[in-house]
Amino acid sequence: MRGAPLPPRSPAPSAPDVDLSALPGVDPRWSRTLEAPASDGTRRTWHLLDGAGSLDGQEPVGTVLAVHGNPTWSYLWRDVVAAGVAGDADGRRWRVVAVDQLGMGLSDRRPKEGGDLWRLADRVADLGALVDALRAEQPDGWPPVTGPLVALGHDWGGVVVSGWAGEHPDQVAALALTNTAVHAPADAALPAALQVVSAPAAHELLTRRTDAFVRAAVSQVRPRPPADVRRAYGAPYRTTAQRRGVADFVTDIPWRAGSPSRPALERVAAGVSALGRGEDASPALLVWGTEDPVFGERYLRDLRERLPRADVHRVEGTGHLVPEDVDLGPLLLHWLSVRGVGDGAAAGPAPAAPVEGRPRALWAELEARSEDDSPAVVEMGGTAGAAPAVLSWRELGHRVAEVAVGLHERGVRPGDRVSLLVPPGADLTTALYACLRLGAVVVVADQGLGLRGLTRAVRGAGPRHLVAVEKGLVAAAALGWPGQRIGTGRLGALGARLCATTLPEVAAAGRRSALGGVDGGPAAGRPTLATLRLPEPDARADAAVLFTSGSTGPAKGAVYTAERLAGMRDAVAAAYDVDRGTALVAAFAPFALLGPALGAVSASPAMDVTAPATLTATALADAVAAVDATVVFASPAALANVVATGGVLDARARTALSGVTRLLSAGAPVPTALLRRVGELLPSASLHTPYGMTEVLPVTDVELAELAEAADEVEDGVLVGRPLAGVDVAVAPLDASGGATQQVSREPGVVGELLVRAPHLKARYDQLWVTEDASRLVETDGDRTVVWHRTGDVGHLDARGRLRVQGRTAHLVRTAAGVVTPVGVELAAQSVPPVEGVGVARAAATGVGPAGTQALVVVVETDPPTRRAAGAPAELVEAVRDAVRSVPGRPEVAAVLLVPSLPTDVRHDSKVDRALVGAWAGERLAGRPVPPPWTPGGRLRGLLPRGRR
Amino acid sequence: MIARRGVVVTGASGMLGRAVARALAAGGTPVRTLQRSPSGLVGSGAGDVEDVRLDLAAGSPSALVQALEGAEAVVHLAAKVSVSGPWLEYRRTNVDGTERLLEAARAAGVRRFVQVSSPSVAHAGDSLVGAPAGPADPAGARGRYARSKALAERAALAADSPELAVVAVRPHLVWGPGDAQLVARVVERSRSGRLPLLGGGTALVDSTYVDDAADALVAACARADRDDVHGRALVVSSGEPRTVAELLASLCRAHGAPAPTRSVPAGAARALGALVEAAWAVRPGLGGGDEPPMTRFLAEQLSTAHWFDQRETRRLLGWAPRVGLDEGFARLAAAARG
Repeated sequence: MRGAPLPPRSPAPSAPDVDLSALPGVDPRWSRTLEAPASDGTRRTWHLLDGAGSLDGQEPVGTVLAVHGNPTWSYLWRDVVAAGVAGDADGRRWRVVAVDQLGMGLSDRRPKEGGDLWRLADRVADLGALVDALRAEQPDGWPPVTGPLVALGHDWGGVVVSGWAGEHPDQVAALALTNTAVHAPADAALPAALQVVSAPAAHELLTRRTDAFVRAAVSQVRPRPPADVRRAYGAPYRTTAQRRGVADFVTDIPWRAGSPSRPALERVAAGVSALGRGEDASPALLVWGTEDPVFGERYLRDLRERLPRADVHRVEGTGHLVPEDVDLGPLLLHWLSVRGVGDGAAAGPAPAAPVEGRPRALWAELEARSEDDSPAVVEMGGTAGAAPAVLSWRELGHRVAEVAVGLHERGVRPGDRVSLLVPPGADLTTALYACLRLGAVVVVADQGLGLRGLTRAVRGAGPRHLVAVEKGLVAAAALGWPGQRIGTGRLGALGARLCATTLPEVAAAGRRSALGGVDGGPAAGRPTLATLRLPEPDARADAAVLFTSGSTGPAKGAVYTAERLAGMRDAVAAAYDVDRGTALVAAFAPFALLGPALGAVSASPAMDVTAPATLTATALADAVAAVDATVVFASPAALANVVATGGVLDARARTALSGVTRLLSAGAPVPTALLRRVGELLPSASLHTPYGMTEVLPVTDVELAELAEAADEVEDGVLVGRPLAGVDVAVAPLDASGGATQQVSREPGVVGELLVRAPHLKARYDQLWVTEDASRLVETDGDRTVVWHRTGDVGHLDARGRLRVQGRTAHLVRTAAGVVTPVGVELAAQSVPPVEGVGVARAAATGVGPAGTQALVVVVETDPPTRRAAGAPAELVEAVRDAVRSVPGRPEVAAVLLVPSLPTDVRHDSKVDRALVGAWAGERLAGRPVPPPWTPGGRLRGLLPRGRR
Repeated sequence: MIARRGVVVTGASGMLGRAVARALAAGGTPVRTLQRSPSGLVGSGAGDVEDVRLDLAAGSPSALVQALEGAEAVVHLAAKVSVSGPWLEYRRTNVDGTERLLEAARAAGVRRFVQVSSPSVAHAGDSLVGAPAGPADPAGARGRYARSKALAERAALAADSPELAVVAVRPHLVWGPGDAQLVARVVERSRSGRLPLLGGGTALVDSTYVDDAADALVAACARADRDDVHGRALVVSSGEPRTVAELLASLCRAHGAPAPTRSVPAGAARALGALVEAAWAVRPGLGGGDEPPMTRFLAEQLSTAHWFDQRETRRLLGWAPRVGLDEGFARLAAAARG
């Protein structure tokens, strides 16, 4: 490579005159022209932004070929070119060559010879000719491109570069695509936005005679890019003549069945599928803006099917012009490094530690007990005195087998995603185990996410099928959730119209099918899990996508393989002594589902499972009595209501409850005082509370007795107990500014981000490659590589090996005196006795001001609740300040604010959104008396003035 | 004749000046005070202190040079501090006075010069949240006092040279026993029911207990000629921001006065301040008292956050508050009880 300045380019024929040195983000040294033969038999001059222009002779580890779409130009990739020159964290530099397609940008603008316009096939072939020219020695002194290329494309540029890649698989190092589409199913109508610009009347007006289309492409980005950037996008498309290429591109859109470019598109699609096939498939990265009116989720699903090993990263809230919204350059470079692409790349990705041995299948108990007429699932009646609905092991096994076969008959295949929008109960249990047995991947997002969060989760997960109750069917139809719709039983007229079939019909089909394994047809008996002729799914294949609560940003899907779900079952069984013969009451949905896998009889009390606080003491006692339960699983909200309604229990109910030997309060932290009062109702029970998260549950467990004993210990954070058997917990110590390091420590007292390893840890986040990558900490210990999950929680291990949780990494307060973790501060504030009749019901600790000199602020929900947000009276401030000084590190509280309520997650009503509280407190303490932007229910009311969220 | 290593303190009749002189003398440094009225320190057991009575703005240049003769350093606190009054008075005392003093210091061979300034010189009325010390901005500064102090700080820092090391220190909202400025006014207003909270009084503000501010100035005086210190402007505060409501309540409580509870919207107070200023320009004394009941500057001070990043100041000065707010309020209360 050469270090001397490169000669000035000679402009391409009829290209617009654009002064590149005046455009923000572009190094004019990148600008280059290059001649190559074109498909019309002429030679054409291409304009490129070639990072080699500023590599100053430094050898890159590889080359990225970046192709823009319509109506943009190579300017789209300026930050990626710059990122390549700057190099990744290890100093590996990439040469990024961004082309202007013919007729576009600053490339040759003369029309194609022969009267037609540049078609997709031309563009693919011409790009190939350009790559050949790039590889040749050029008289202008630019270094030739060598080695395989990383193909990068956006919009129609993704189609063109994919076409090139498909035709030159031996030249492809990797494929990286963002918001594009390589195939259009024959029945697909054009997306509405494209229908508008390609309608004959509008086409000419919008794309050519005016710059409406050009401007719309950039103005969609939120927040809107600066004016000079918007102008730069439009710079080569200022006149009607200059916009000819833009209009031609729209004319050539090959999505309509009769389009001349349709066959070319099908070749491109086949080429991509070939690149994605097999063990030696090209590494592929799909970065996707989810709010794209043109390239929607269906095109991402299509690409994922063609590139099943692709790393996918969906960016919620980002639109079409992804390179403008997302810092794509560093992301791409990091991904290339992780995937081992480029000269001298390190070995491949850190493997997710496989579970040793082959765990028992989740349906094994159901299969083993297909002749067992004892109860498996008992649902207590909704009204007093109603008979409980009882499903025996035999009956449940039949149903699961029938539905598994029936779903297969309906086209559900192993690996297909099936969204379950069914409240806990017999239908959900049946559908869940049927999917597990079939090898379909269940997508579970609960109503706690709210309709918007649920829509985002269901659409993002991309299910092919959807099993839903009436409400779910209506929402799916109204909000355009994808998937074949299957209704549960009991549907109304609307629901029945909205679904393709129902679970009873599916089960009936399963009964009739030969796959049920019952020779002689339905008359000979019903299929069981033992007779099924469906192949057993791979235990290492995906089995479930469970969504997080979304209390810290959009809900993330955690993907579990079958073996990791089995690991979760085994962890619960071991931690709580649940096995065949145990009878349990599950007032907390996830455990109701685990019952059949555990081999335990599970009873659901009469309650609205989506509203835990509807569980009464009587309903709990009835459920316990129905199965002689010894184990109870419930959430803190449910237990609070049990305590509140405990006064009315009669002697029979009290006797039933006294038979419970173990109670598990899960789902959210539980106040010790509440547990103690629960203990009065369940006198024989040991009271447990586990710590865990959607990504791995349970991690630790602690008993009330130990909590009570620890109450007087002067140690920061909430005691959550010891790691369970098979679970490894450590911390990544915080550095002085509160950042979590890459170290792994098990030293007592060292505060850091909590790290977890367990057989029941999620396999990965769903379609969130960046998040997944950032959530991993790879520890190399000699020749052993250990992968930890970074929980985002902060805490420490105490001298007795118990874990104490101190808050979230995102919620640290960075004061001049050091980093303050919020939980200890909150506990101290909540311990303050009422001052002049005003007590602290709940507190949130947060920081205002710049990191490193933040002021610690405590925002308080009072008892009785205050009517409006205000500063706390001086006496209360002093009491809180004094109490907080007892926390290790003696944090100093600057201010205490009172609010009618704190914003909490919808699912548990317990995790306070401290970041939101902090943003508001920042406004308030700056002297802007804005009301809190959340409602007493905890939901967001509107936007903060300065645009957080 | 003053000893070779002595320090001249101007404005030592004020609360902070007196505390600086006392702290210097307590450390064994001979001190000469320079102001129009007696410092009250001579013969009080404060140590080696002598008074020179001189009007900085009016005294002859030679008298000024003579007053600085032999001194190692100057800590310049003398200023007209108010929220009203004609611009010419501010200019004469704060700007011209400082320029004259700098000139004299150079002529007298003084080596170090601490310009005691104010965070208001860089405050254009918006919120300062954990802010660094911005450059003095006479055009943006609010009110005549702040503008004159901004000009003075600029002049002082412009005079920074190998011969005369200048550092500007901006103590924020200094209070303590015997304070005729902030504390007395707050308490007096509160007693007469003229101390509303603006916007609920939830703006976060820094303040400084007088002895801590004095320590910081003594530290600055000692370190003014260090490479990383001279030519700089440093804000000094206790580093314990409080809401306006709490700060006012604490000051009032120390004097047994009622804490303010009535709140008016900040915007209304600013508008009122502007109105009162306009009225006072025509008829000073309107509404009683020798100062306007509300000014825009005061309204802004009471309704917007102004607290500061103290890390750099503490590192450069090797100083940290010894008293702090809690102990400061206790001392204030003790002094108020007599």
